[in-house]
Amino acid sequence: MVRIPKITFWRIIIAVIMVLGIYYTVIRYTQGLGAVTNLSDQYPWGLWVAFDVITGVGLAAGGFLIALTVYIFRIDNYKPILRPAILTGFLGYTLVAVGLLYDLGKWFDIWHAIIFWNPRSVMFEVAWCVMLYLTVLALEFSTVVFEGLKWKRLNQLIHMLIIPLAIFGVILSTLHQSSLGSLFLIVPAKLYTLWYSPLLPLFFFISAVSVGFAMVTFESFLSRRFLGKGIELNLLNGLARVNVLVMIFYLTIKIWDLAGRGVLGDVLSTRFESIMFDIETLVQVIIPLVLLLIPAVRTSTKGLFVSSLFVIVGFIMNRLDVAITGIEASSGAHYFPAFGEIAISIFIVTIGFLAFAFLAKHFPVFIEPKENEEEPVEIVHDI
Amino acid sequence: MAKMGILIDITKCIGCKACEKACKMRNDQPLTLDEHLSANAYTVVQERLPNTYVRRMCMHCENPTCVSVCPVGAFTKTAAGPVVYDKYKCIGCRYCMYSCPFSVPKYQWNKVVPYVQKCYMCADRIEEGSEPACTAACPTGASIFGERDKLIEEAQKRIKDNPDRYVDHIYGLHEVGGTSILYISNVEFEQFKAPFNIALPDKPLPMYTWAALEKVPTIVVVGGVVLTGIWWITSRRGEVEKFEAGSKQEHWWRFGKKQEGVKEKKEDKQ
Repeated sequence: MVRIPKITFWRIIIAVIMVLGIYYTVIRYTQGLGAVTNLSDQYPWGLWVAFDVITGVGLAAGGFLIALTVYIFRIDNYKPILRPAILTGFLGYTLVAVGLLYDLGKWFDIWHAIIFWNPRSVMFEVAWCVMLYLTVLALEFSTVVFEGLKWKRLNQLIHMLIIPLAIFGVILSTLHQSSLGSLFLIVPAKLYTLWYSPLLPLFFFISAVSVGFAMVTFESFLSRRFLGKGIELNLLNGLARVNVLVMIFYLTIKIWDLAGRGVLGDVLSTRFESIMFDIETLVQVIIPLVLLLIPAVRTSTKGLFVSSLFVIVGFIMNRLDVAITGIEASSGAHYFPAFGEIAISIFIVTIGFLAFAFLAKHFPVFIEPKENEEEPVEIVHDI
Repeated sequence: MAKMGILIDITKCIGCKACEKACKMRNDQPLTLDEHLSANAYTVVQERLPNTYVRRMCMHCENPTCVSVCPVGAFTKTAAGPVVYDKYKCIGCRYCMYSCPFSVPKYQWNKVVPYVQKCYMCADRIEEGSEPACTAACPTGASIFGERDKLIEEAQKRIKDNPDRYVDHIYGLHEVGGTSILYISNVEFEQFKAPFNIALPDKPLPMYTWAALEKVPTIVVVGGVVLTGIWWITSRRGEVEKFEAGSKQEHWWRFGKKQEGVKEKKEDKQ
């Protein structure tokens, strides 16, 4: 009885988001990018590239990490996390593709990267990796769908391919997660010195690993709250411990890089960019690191949730800083996303959440079926 | 074909904007007076300092950033020098605009099917043996068209003959690996502000990303081998454990090992 008003409240919010999203979608496709966005010749990349695409790919990194853990390292304890993580990855990358369809000026020519090659372009490499990895994720997730639909033959076929697929997926993810950082290697004179580093690909990769773990935790918490299904605390605790190591590594090489390039002092500057850099580093690494080093935080659901939230927000700030804030000084212009850009971004994220909820409700996402059991689907429906 | 280029002598420019007009007529653009480069202005003459006019246009880099970043290869550096754009290939990602060190490519923001717009050095006219519309229109010789090597010689000669008049810097000779457009000036280039005040490296920018991209094949091969190796070891370990657990009696000599396996499992659980 308590839940009914809550659901109605969320439904109103979702309805508003949907109406705004559809409204701005129509404008974007009938009047062009200029009608919806604050983009300009000085600021050709804005929220859609920085958040929907570059950040989105990072947030979906959980899929490859858990596939690596379960399929390659064979740490069977983590099997229950596999499916939600793969689903997150699959939806995440699909939404990245949707985001691209909004952002690309000639969105209907998105397939051109398949036939017109430019192997010297980082963007070309990212495009191919994302295309291939989206296929890998679709195949990995298809086992869940086939199982739900009881298509045994197809399911067996995918099971035979699953290890090569997982290996391929890990390689592709390593490549494009780091290559998103390489995108910015070409702007040494434009990007603010605290962010521009030859190590950008490494930073992007490590931070994607960190946020991948955080996203799995974050989603598990939401799933438990709204769907009544989630992941065991001790597994999330294990992820948090690995994440502590990842974050310590990230922070160490970040400081080492800044010192090595002789710009460590700029951290203390009162320039807008420096302050943004400091806030980002605090939220993305330092605060969650301190939180997770406290055993009481690490072993409580709420503690894990809050620290994951810090990692995620900090990660988003980092990507927006590199792609938008970092080039503001050299662009000679100012950019803040238009309401339409924000509305579309929220619209896309909301669709992702709804799709996750729908699939988690109707397919065996949060259940690891045992081989003896004939009807895993019905068990899900009972819950 | 020899590599062609344009030498812009800032001391000779009187700001008449004849080049702008010629360019717009050549490209069927509205004849407006523009302050900045835009989708409707491939070149503009800007009074950057009192009575000192700087003409802006695409620099036509020797090793162009736009050519390297475009995922679909919509930009090409032609043998004659111009960097040209294929609007059919373009998908509209605008990475060229983001990464161009001179912020030259501009966009048709309010079109439903927008294209990137920039100077193409009248590549078709050069092909026919003619010269770009802008240099043909310049009444003072502030912009001259010719072979890049000869223009460099000419620029060096002017600087050498008039050391009081010119600063000893040919802008575009070394910047980002050299450009087809060259500037000489009586004022230090930093004073002209962006993009002239940006400390550009002499190294072509595509080399910065290539340093990362060239590692891709190594990552694929090493990653594939290492991951397959790890998978083989972990799955083999699983098989051995299974075999030993189920074959306690037939293979009594493995008994000790099996016990070890059990212990390990217990430790894992803790």
